[in-house]
Formats: sequence, structure tokens, C-alpha cells
Amino acid sequence: MVKDNSLSTKILTLIVHTTMIFVLIVTLYPVLNVFASSLSSADANNRGIVTIFPIGFTLDSYKMIFTAGAVPRAFKNSVVYTVIGTFINLILTTSFAYPLSRKNLPLKSFYTWLVIITMYFSGGLIPLFILVKNLGLYDTMWALILPGAIHTTNLIIMRTFFQNIPHELEESAYLDGANEFVIFTRIVLPLSKAALATVGLYYAVGHWNSWFNAMIFLSDQRKFPLQLVLRDIIMLAQILQQAAEAGDLSARQELGLINAKGVKYATLFVSMVPMLAVYPFVQKYFVKGVMIGSLKD
Amino acid sequence: MEVTFNKKETFRTYFKNFWKSMKKTKYLHLLALPGVLYYIIFHYIPMYGVIIAFKDYNFRKGILGSEWVGFKHFIRFFENPFFWRLIRNTILINVYQIIFVFPLPIIFALFLNELRDGFYKRFVQTVSYLPHFISLPAIIGMMVMFLSPTDGVINMILQKMGLPTIYFMADPKWFRPLYIISDIWQHLGWGAIIYIAALSNVNPELYEGAVIDGATRVQMMRYISIPSIMPTIVIMLLLRIGHIMSLGAEKVLLMQSPLNYETSDVISTYVYRRGLVYGEYSYTTAIGLFNSLINLTILIIANKITKKVTETGLF
Repeated sequence: MVKDNSLSTKILTLIVHTTMIFVLIVTLYPVLNVFASSLSSADANNRGIVTIFPIGFTLDSYKMIFTAGAVPRAFKNSVVYTVIGTFINLILTTSFAYPLSRKNLPLKSFYTWLVIITMYFSGGLIPLFILVKNLGLYDTMWALILPGAIHTTNLIIMRTFFQNIPHELEESAYLDGANEFVIFTRIVLPLSKAALATVGLYYAVGHWNSWFNAMIFLSDQRKFPLQLVLRDIIMLAQILQQAAEAGDLSARQELGLINAKGVKYATLFVSMVPMLAVYPFVQKYFVKGVMIGSLKD
Repeated sequence: MEVTFNKKETFRTYFKNFWKSMKKTKYLHLLALPGVLYYIIFHYIPMYGVIIAFKDYNFRKGILGSEWVGFKHFIRFFENPFFWRLIRNTILINVYQIIFVFPLPIIFALFLNELRDGFYKRFVQTVSYLPHFISLPAIIGMMVMFLSPTDGVINMILQKMGLPTIYFMADPKWFRPLYIISDIWQHLGWGAIIYIAALSNVNPELYEGAVIDGATRVQMMRYISIPSIMPTIVIMLLLRIGHIMSLGAEKVLLMQSPLNYETSDVISTYVYRRGLVYGEYSYTTAIGLFNSLINLTILIIANKITKKVTETGLF
């Protein structure tokens, strides 16, 4: 091996490492700061001295959001929507992706076009809203689950994965008398755990982080998911703060009484922790999933 | 040899064969049925629903029963004093995304490729995906708090430096930079995945050969890495350009307030506000339809170019 000692390489190495360290800091600092602030006292938060370590350690903010208010209920709602939603997503996506993956299936090109057209044209927000109302889904949890039951990108990822399963396996099972349904559930699905994990995570992240559909399709606050509640807390905090700046004494008192910043940060942290806890374990499959998702044929 | 061609007969055998193979694969079609129903109900029925753009939709009369009004709603939109503002804001954010957000994941992937495989590389990569898993309300929430004029860390630093406090979230001047910077923060690592994958497919012999020829790392990046991911870059770029007229309402709505409408109001937020908040269903459906038709046109043109350039079109 020839050792590359040129000046340009040294400069490149310097730039690369500086960039990487910059990315690490910029990505991690805000998240760690949110965590530390959620564990800090009101005084430390108001003076703005918290960095990545809690100052005046206290669990009060967490006690507060988990004993009173909308957060515990919203957390539970989000868990329910995510679990049921992802389950339905996976059933519908895999059961449609499997026929699409089979060569020589009659009507296959009809099915494919049915899907492809929707990637380039849609009715838009208002017709979907009218449909959801007419179906009687408005203000039910199904309004958050059914309209997005299949994401076309995930359907394509699943289909491509199924295409790569050796067809001989299916054929020998067929000769042994198994029908297509049995082959799908007993042979194909158990072989697809990696794809199911990836696509399942994509769906779960989508459900856990979604708030827009909840905002337009739900009116009953008791059904709100965590992200929508988080948005309301942040907006309310904004309004309180603006009022306090404008000299509203009661708003100023209200801000002083509670550890407003701590509570906001605690809610924020609770809203992101489930997904952050899961993704490092599934990440080895991402690259494949993203790559397949970007190819279409 | 005499060939008799009976049209009726071939038609019949065609259908016979078709029916036979349908029967043979009945379980597969049964499996596909829920998916087909999903697409018809939640994608095609709303497409049919866009006809209310040409009607005065009335909830009691329904889509079919409402009266036709022709292009009234489209004309109203074109004559709207905010028409150009909405178009400009929508396109400008997209253009800034293409200029500033698009190239960074490519550079990040190239830089990551320069690191030796090992813990450090894996750690940076894992951390870089992290923002992708944080919700938009949480991201905008953090932004609001860090940028707060009273106790946000950025303004505290500005004050210490003797600079005036900036009301970031309320200032129309700051809307676009904040939108773009937070986009970069959220998508840098995730957006790089596709280029990382493309780089990992480069034949290692190319690099080995280059090393023997005495190439420097910069030369290898310039003459091997970048050219080998060029097709991916071109496809991603054209795909991105195809969406230049679309911008989802979700993020803008979280950052928007009447104070910054001047730069923040885009077609999708206008449709949301006038449609769902004020109930102008037909008018906003017309706006949405106008928007998707332009999108579709741009996409088809972009696809034509992609096919010419890379011989692998999007569709």
C-alpha cells in the first residue's frame, strides 16, 4: 500500500472530522438539553443556565404532567393508535404486496396501475375530509387509521422483498397441497421478519408522530394523541408568554407559579422517547428499506 | 397452410383462459381485495370528489346534488390578491430546499464514506438518523423555546454580545431561514442513506487500483465516488424538482402566525384555513386541483428529462 500523505488528504481529513463532530454536537445538544431542562428546577430554567446536565435536579415536571392534565390520557391514546394502526397497516400492506410480487398474476398490471396513479394524483384535503365525514369516521380513532392504511412506498418495499424470496419454496409447498393463502401466512411471512420490522417501524413512527390528521378529524379532546396535546401546550405557552411580555399580571403569575419551561420540556421529551428508544435496534435494516423505497419499476 | 381467423372464437378462448387462470389464483386475488378496496375508497373516491371544484358544494345536497358553477372558483382564486403571494411562498421554500437542503446529505454521505468502518462511523450514523424520529410538533417546540426572546438560549447569547433581541418566530424575515435550517437538521442523516447505499455498491477494486496509481483521497472522491453516485443524485434531484409546487401544510402550520403570513402562507395552509376553518369546500378544492395539475405537469416534464439523462425514469 502506498501511504497517502498529501496535503489535500490532510485537509480533507480535517474537514471530515470537524464536520462529523459538528453534526454530533448539533444533533445531540438540543435533545440532551431538553432532557436536562426537564429535570431542572424552575429557577435554573428561568435563568437559562441549563446545558446538558440538570441543575437543581427535580422530578416535579414529570410528576406534574403525569398526575394532572391531558398528557397521561394522550400518551395512552397515542400508544393505542400506534399499536392498532401499525397492526392494520402491516396486514393490509403485506396481503396486497404479496399478490403484486407474483409473476404472471392475471390483473397484476391493473393492480399496479391502480396503485401508481395515486402516487401522482390525489383528490386533496377537502374531498378526503368530506369522505371521512360521510363514512361516519369523523371524531373516531378510525379516521386516524383507515385513510392511511397503506403507504405506497412501504407497499413497494414489501413487494420487492417478497419478489426476492426464492420461488421454489412456494412451488414445493404448492405441490404438497398448500394453497396460496397458506403459503403466504406459513412460509412467506415468517421469512420476511426483517422487512416486517423495517416497514412496521416506518408505520409506527408515522402514527406516533402524527398530529395533523388528529387535528382535522378529531374534535373530542379526550381522543387527542400526544403530539396534538404537545402542540397545544407549546402554543398555549407562546400565548401566555406573549401576554406576560405585554404586561398581563395574571399571565406573569401563572408563568411564575409553574416551572413552565420544565413542564414543556418534560412533555417534549416524553413525546420523543419511545421512537428514539426503538430505532437504533432496527436501523441495520433501514438502508435496504430506503433504497428499495426509492426505486420504482 | 390455411389459417382461419375467427374473431369471436379468439375472444371467447381468451376469456376462457383468463377465467381459468383467475380461478387458479383466486386466493391471491382474495388477498389483494382489501388493498384494492382501500385504494378505491380512500384514493379514488376523493379523486371523484374533486368535481366539487366546479360546483357550489352543499353538505345537505351532497356531491352529486350540488349545483354546477363552471370555473367560478378557479377564477376567484386567480383574481385573489394573495394568489401571487401564495405561489411565490410555495415555490421559494421549495427552491431554497433544493439549493440548501438537497446537497448536504450528499456531502455528508461522501464524508461518512471517508471514515474507517468501526464504532465511530456507526455512532455518527446512528446519531444522524435521530432527528428523523422526532415529531414536527417537538422540533418546532424546541425551536420556539431555543429562539424565545425572553429566555431562549440564542437571544441570551445575542444579548451577551450586546446585540438586539430578535423575535425570530414572529418576524416574516426569519420564517424561510428557520424553515430551511430546521429541515437540514431533521433530514441530513436520513437523506444521506440513499447515497450511503449507492457508495457501498462501488466496486472496491476501483479504489484499490487508484491507490496503486498513487491517487490521493481527494482525487478518489472526485473521480470515483462522486461519478458513481451521480445517477442517484440526478434522479433524486429531478424527483425533488417534480415537487416544486407542493409543500405540505404540517410544518408551515406549526411555524405560522398571522404575524408572518407574508412569507409563511403557502397554498396548502391557505387551503386548510379557508377550507376547513372557514368551510369554503368548493373554493379550496379548486385551489388544490389547480395545484396538483401543475405538479403533475412539472413531474411529467421532470420524468421525461430523467429518462433522457439516466435512462431510468420514475415511471
